[in-house]
Amino acid sequence: MSDRPSFEQSAAYAEAKARWQADYNAQSGNEAPRRNRSGITIKPVYGPDDWDSDRYMQDLGFPGESPTTRGIHSTMHRGRPWSPRLVIGLGLPEDYNARMRALFDMGLTGLYVAPCNSHMRGFDPDEVEAELLGTCGTVIASADDMRVCLDGLPIDKHSVSLGCTAPYTLSAFLFATAKSRNIPWSRLAGTTNQSDYLSHFTALHMFFRVALSGQRRLMLDHIEWMKREAPRWNSLSIVGQHMQQAGATPAEAMGLTISSAIQYATDMIERGHNADSFLPRFSYFFDISISFFEEIAKFRAGRRVWERITAERFGAKDPRSKRFRFHAQTSGVDLTRQQPFNNVGRVAIQAMAGIFGGLQSLHTDAYDEALGSPTAAAAQIAVATQHILRDEAHLDDVIDPLGGSYYVEHLTNEMEAEIEAVIQKIDDAGGMYRASETGLVQRMLGQSAEAWQQKIDSGKQVVVGVNAHRTADDPADRPAPQARLAANRVNDYLAGLEAYKRDRDKAAVQTALDGLARACNTEGDNTYQHVIQCALAGVTHGEICRQVRTEMGDGRPLIVA
Amino acid sequence: MSAETPHARPAKILLTKIGLDGHDRGSRLVAALLRDAGMEVVYTGPWQTIADVVSLAIQEDVDLIGISSLATDHLIVPKLMAALAAAGLGHIAVIVGGIVPDGELTMLYDAGVAHVFHPGASRKEIVVRVRELVESARGANIGVAS
Repeated sequence: MSDRPSFEQSAAYAEAKARWQADYNAQSGNEAPRRNRSGITIKPVYGPDDWDSDRYMQDLGFPGESPTTRGIHSTMHRGRPWSPRLVIGLGLPEDYNARMRALFDMGLTGLYVAPCNSHMRGFDPDEVEAELLGTCGTVIASADDMRVCLDGLPIDKHSVSLGCTAPYTLSAFLFATAKSRNIPWSRLAGTTNQSDYLSHFTALHMFFRVALSGQRRLMLDHIEWMKREAPRWNSLSIVGQHMQQAGATPAEAMGLTISSAIQYATDMIERGHNADSFLPRFSYFFDISISFFEEIAKFRAGRRVWERITAERFGAKDPRSKRFRFHAQTSGVDLTRQQPFNNVGRVAIQAMAGIFGGLQSLHTDAYDEALGSPTAAAAQIAVATQHILRDEAHLDDVIDPLGGSYYVEHLTNEMEAEIEAVIQKIDDAGGMYRASETGLVQRMLGQSAEAWQQKIDSGKQVVVGVNAHRTADDPADRPAPQARLAANRVNDYLAGLEAYKRDRDKAAVQTALDGLARACNTEGDNTYQHVIQCALAGVTHGEICRQVRTEMGDGRPLIVA
Repeated sequence: MSAETPHARPAKILLTKIGLDGHDRGSRLVAALLRDAGMEVVYTGPWQTIADVVSLAIQEDVDLIGISSLATDHLIVPKLMAALAAAGLGHIAVIVGGIVPDGELTMLYDAGVAHVFHPGASRKEIVVRVRELVESARGANIGVAS
């Protein structure tokens, strides 16, 4: 610090501040305090008293340098543009393939495979109500289906993100596809994007029926196997998005997500792994609400907290272990059915918050997601929004452009304190696994969801078109309904699946399933190695899930009403 | 609010999710607001089958069933309606709340669904309509939980 007296200590500063305060109070003295979604009081103006710029090196540093508040890479979006990544999942495997090829032609660079809900829940397509097939994601039962999905798509050149839950068969199907295309597994880059079993257990409830203890083992085995066989693969994505969509405030979502990461890192260390051997493959997936500055501060604070925790709790030394890499998705909860075109504006604001927050990849919601599954035209606007922000508005020009703002730095500190308080609460409860098992996390989500709804119901929180600025409902504002998958196509698919199951090498299928069953009951035998063997042998997803459930026991979400 | 009949049984509502989806924020909020309005709510969380719902409706003797659907599970509500009718429960009013495209509303109403609530439906709108449906199903005013 320089020896010259700082202007904050001058009489002129004190006078100006007092004058402003008096003037402000005279005009707005009786206003109700304003708070953001995380409950932090928001003042009308921020200044030098709210942020100590002398702490620049401890609290901010330069991009890519400790404590990474300003970003995890030295070049950030200049050198590493975020990847526009759209969650795409629809229809049958050939439908997905056609849609994905078209999006690649439009400039999309990242692949995302969202499987049908039947897959998320651990069923084969022939085990569920046929009406539901392919309505929310792509029907994928086997490695063969995955081959069709990805036919002609450059999975060796672009990363592939998978909406893949335990026992991670979708990733196994991708690895089998790579094998059939002679792509070495070590070349594959991508993410098991739904591997965080605790966020599924507490918030989203999209997992197959298996005991929580089993899910814990399956995930650790998955991380271990990927670490060995596919070092470029992000075996773990810790999902704050589920938490926030289920009701958590931004600070709670960040705190709970970091608590999950702490749980997973602790479990890996207990298995004898060195922190630097697995932390570089941890990644995150967050929600971006429309609370613009709060979201930016959430991401900046989260980065700083994680950087500190990796060193303090786990002794990480490799800078890559400390990088808080995250994908983010604009918040569906903020979108409205009323005046749906307004959602284009909402998504753009949310996306900007994520970009200024330093994300690595971004899904922008289609404006019609509160009306049904997104239409192709609306998805195109969502992708274009990202291109406009990057190439027309040049939001990638300056790294952490809000760094040094009195407000943003103060808010980042306040959010950090809130996040730390959540982590402490979970620590006190015995860690995230225990806090989920006992329902503490579920109660937190439920209470925050209710508090938010009360703000909307009482009109304290305006939602344009819903509780304010309403207009007459006009069905013409809504896109033409999309045709559902034709019943005859579903029937043809199911007939094909039946033939596939009939014509497989049954002995190979049984051998693979027996191996999986044995591994589930043998400590130290990596279950994921056997899931991969099953995928290669033509075992279907539902068969794998059933086998695992038989061995590891049944499980359901814990509903805390 | 209607004039309460003394000692009348409060409206009893089964709030549930059928099909495959697990998102339950909406149904939890509706459960809370109906309880606040004095109704008795049986809340199951997600992952129920149609058969589960039919047997719960019998066991709990409910006046109304609310189905929450975010991710196309409304497409099997006609199957639920048929199962309820087959079990002799055609008198129970069924409502659906969540994301239902315009083009699929007719399918639900034709199947006998009494009301479909869309995102943004107000607390008041939901309570008033549920109360009306329960009263008309019972043919009498309903009480509130003590």
